[in-house]
Amino acid sequence: MSSRPDPQSRPRLAPGCRLNEKSQPQRVLLMPERALRLNGPSLEIIERCDGNHTVRQIITELQKLYSKAEPQKVEEDILGYLARLNEQRAVDFE
Amino acid sequence: MSGTTPRTICTQLGMNTAIPNPLALVAELTHRCPLHCVYCSNPLELTKRERELPAEAWARVLREAAELGVLQVDFTGGEPLARPDLTEIVRAARAAGLYVSLITSGLPLDEKRLNELIAAGLDHFQLSFQGAQEESAALASGTRTHAQKLCVARWVKQRRIGLTLNFVIHRQNLGELEDMVRLAEEVSPGRVEFAHVQYYGWAFENRARLLPSREQLNRSLEIIKQAEERLRGRIRVEYVVPDYYAKYPKACMGGWGCKVLLVKPDGDVLPCHAANVLPGMKFENVQAKPLRTIWYESDAFEKYRGEEWMPELCRSCDRRSQDFGGCRCQAFLLTHDAAATDPVCTKSPQRSLVDSILADVNSAASAAHLAPISPSDWLYRPNPR
Repeated sequence: MSSRPDPQSRPRLAPGCRLNEKSQPQRVLLMPERALRLNGPSLEIIERCDGNHTVRQIITELQKLYSKAEPQKVEEDILGYLARLNEQRAVDFE
Repeated sequence: MSGTTPRTICTQLGMNTAIPNPLALVAELTHRCPLHCVYCSNPLELTKRERELPAEAWARVLREAAELGVLQVDFTGGEPLARPDLTEIVRAARAAGLYVSLITSGLPLDEKRLNELIAAGLDHFQLSFQGAQEESAALASGTRTHAQKLCVARWVKQRRIGLTLNFVIHRQNLGELEDMVRLAEEVSPGRVEFAHVQYYGWAFENRARLLPSREQLNRSLEIIKQAEERLRGRIRVEYVVPDYYAKYPKACMGGWGCKVLLVKPDGDVLPCHAANVLPGMKFENVQAKPLRTIWYESDAFEKYRGEEWMPELCRSCDRRSQDFGGCRCQAFLLTHDAAATDPVCTKSPQRSLVDSILADVNSAASAAHLAPISPSDWLYRPNPR
């Protein structure tokens, strides 16, 4: 099972993982032998996996951005998404 | 949305009006290689150096691929590092907006050249290993290059790009699988692949000495399962079973002309790397036609796209949208009919062809005969003349 990310850790895209150019119509996370299509919230999360934002900060910022959604649900979704990205070796926690 | 869209009607009718754009380009830059692996996936007829596309032609092909919707390019060969202009080609790929992988043996390379490749935009370095130690690797590759590969792995690991270790596994080196896992753990790449040899090209010629026994295969599955669990969150472990032992065929290339296109060293464009074994195929060349025209309109890409070509067995099968009838090259190599159901499928009327090959390699007599072996037992892949 994937473990829950520590709220104080700073997620960063793993070596070999990057976003495609902003000018592209469909934003994707490019990684070895695969690409992940990103929609609104997933792109917002990935853009903050820069080694500067803590998990806690990402949660707070997205709760503001999606203020109509249940804050608890936003938090759960982000933690689950980051854990999956870590398991796929797309994100490291620093 | 409810109801039937035009696209699903087309699919139901086996029509093919909605051709998806390709997502990945496999670019075989050269067939020259410092290694001589007995299971090389290159064709038996290798492209000569003087017929290789120059860097400017590759730059144009890479731009055309990106415009078609391709996201990623895999530079392979042969050995892509055998091209002195590789850095220039990598730079062109990145400038076109592509994600750039190098599929390589790691030779010839030093740290200076690695730095240049990374500065040019290399995203991901996939390094092949032929065993867990020099002796077994030398038996498969016909060269002593294992120590150099370990060195290259450390160099790449010290820099911030993706690293995959790719172990090619087969009858002769499966006994070292646990050592390979340990080696991967020491290097700690983001990703490790343990890929059983598949039987095309040179591997088809050397099959009897490469195909593992069922006992070996089962043991390897246990080792990989344990490794996956132990390494979760640290190293992504991927495992590829030999088709012959599978119940259903693989979705070869994600479907013929669906996701991937391959450009050979001379610019011929193929739907898969082995497609030139198929009879009656005519491949277009990037020097003569735009990639877009080749992808959407050429006979080679149309030939096995969609479902029209399928035998009734596949056309009426629920798995047809998962495995697309399997691999055309495998079907041809085993049944001599490129449009047959892939005979590894348990539903295929010709599955007995595969079963008899498996019965042979699993018999006690063959176990004694096939291992251990010496270099003179193999057909090594030479360099193109």
